Amino acid sequence: MSGINGMNGGAQPAQPIVRAVDLRKSFGEFHALQGITLDVAAGEVLCVIGPSGSGKSTLLRCINQLETVSDGALWVGGELVGFRRVGDELHALSETEIARQRLKTGMVFQRFNLFPHMTALENVVEGPLHVQKRPRADVSAEARALLDRVGLLHKCDAFPIELSGGQQQRVAIARALAMRPQLMLFDEPTSALDPELVGEVLAVMRDLATSGMTMIVVTHELGFARDVASRVLFMDQGRIVETGTPEQVLSAPQQARTREFISAVRG
Amino acid sequence: MGRQLPGAAMLSAGVAAAAAPADELGAISHLKHVPRRYWGRYVATALIVIALLFIANAFAHGKIEWSYVARFLTAQSILSGLVNTIVMSVLAMALGIVLGVVTAVMRLSTNPVLSWVARGYTWLFRGTPVILQLLLWFNLALVFPTIGIPGLVEMRTVDLMTPFLATLLGLGINQGAYTSEVVRAGLLSVDVGQYEAAKSIGMPRLLALRRVILPQAMRVIIPPIGNEFVGMIKLTSLASVIQFAEMLHSAQNIYYANARVIELLIVAGIWYVVVVTVLSLAQARVEAFYARGAGRLAARQ
Repeated sequence: MSGINGMNGGAQPAQPIVRAVDLRKSFGEFHALQGITLDVAAGEVLCVIGPSGSGKSTLLRCINQLETVSDGALWVGGELVGFRRVGDELHALSETEIARQRLKTGMVFQRFNLFPHMTALENVVEGPLHVQKRPRADVSAEARALLDRVGLLHKCDAFPIELSGGQQQRVAIARALAMRPQLMLFDEPTSALDPELVGEVLAVMRDLATSGMTMIVVTHELGFARDVASRVLFMDQGRIVETGTPEQVLSAPQQARTREFISAVRG
Repeated sequence: MGRQLPGAAMLSAGVAAAAAPADELGAISHLKHVPRRYWGRYVATALIVIALLFIANAFAHGKIEWSYVARFLTAQSILSGLVNTIVMSVLAMALGIVLGVVTAVMRLSTNPVLSWVARGYTWLFRGTPVILQLLLWFNLALVFPTIGIPGLVEMRTVDLMTPFLATLLGLGINQGAYTSEVVRAGLLSVDVGQYEAAKSIGMPRLLALRRVILPQAMRVIIPPIGNEFVGMIKLTSLASVIQFAEMLHSAQNIYYANARVIELLIVAGIWYVVVVTVLSLAQARVEAFYARGAGRLAARQ
């Protein structure tokens, strides 16, 4: 699977994969992000926790441009996201350029969002084949390897409706990996799953983290964050409240708001 | 009232069962299951058959010379009219679907120019009767005496605008305005998560529409499009007013000559029903194709 992570190795270690400086996002009167400044280094596994409405998902969606940022600046893979600098102005990029920038990130959604009219294998090969226009033979072989990696090679001809939630999410992870992204974004990947299916998805993500993939994971699974994250970030009301190692944030939080949230989630 | 009886009976049986000895419970569990009986269906069928026999009898003994129907059913001019009807329906519908898809995509675009052009087109062509549009196209020479690029290619509009072309443009462009709303409904029916998933694997909007959104929208689009196609087959009969030789036009020409009005209308009617039946069968196949991955069809019955 070196092909998937190969792109991480070559970059200068000093350059972060994601850099956000005073990032802001508003939906009308609602300020979802109120000045996020953040670096994510290559190979890092960042778990973002926080109450609903705290801006966690919006942050992910800004990184792969499902939302356009209102203010501030964001770089992914060293490239300014969504804009080109012209003198003292930032000019919005064309749709084609935005689509090209999105290739750097893979996204896994809370509700899987597999293409229901395609089989598992067709879902995985869709992007490499029709967006990246890579040769079918290569793409097919790699897609099968990816499905094997998430433990679903035997389901490659199944349609999403024939798969359990956990299986669908594992196919969705394979679909994102097939684009050979530099960075994987997970937006509450286990929140829509039956409890007994959460483990299989987390196991795949754990495997991915071990292999060196840079990951930003929005999650409520504090156990996963504790075991897998290299860093945990707690957000509330569009701001970063606290960030540090899992031990620091989850076991000995400095901020009252963080303690409150963690004890509430633990129940 | 009748409905409650079995329930009530079961309830009392249940009470009895609680007190009954074990061997009696075993005996009940072995009783034969009898499916519900639908007496109403038998009665309705009988009534419908009687009504059909009555109507058939009226036609058989009415002032209809069935030998004329049989003779003209395969008459040369009727058959060529039939071919013209089918060809025109297919071409006008094809034009309508292409225009409809393009217009729906334009309408949902973030580009306000495209969106408003689409709205304007739909507004204009849905706002006027199709027979008026047919007459306008046929008489286009009154507005544009010549058509073409001045100095390069120029043509007299009267020569260009044959009944065939006027019908194709009139029906196709009108159909496009209606089809665009059907397609738009289909596009809106696809979950927003599908657009996001397509974007997340780097698809630009048009590729996402073609590969991800439209194939899913088709499941919603096909039934009304089939409906419109059936409508189109019969709408072509309007083109008889601008001398297009479709089937009804041929039938009219014959009965103007031999005065067998009902017979020739029956001939045309038979062929319309045949064409629409074939089309409906084809539609079922297309629907089955696009139902791929949708699952649980039985639940929708």
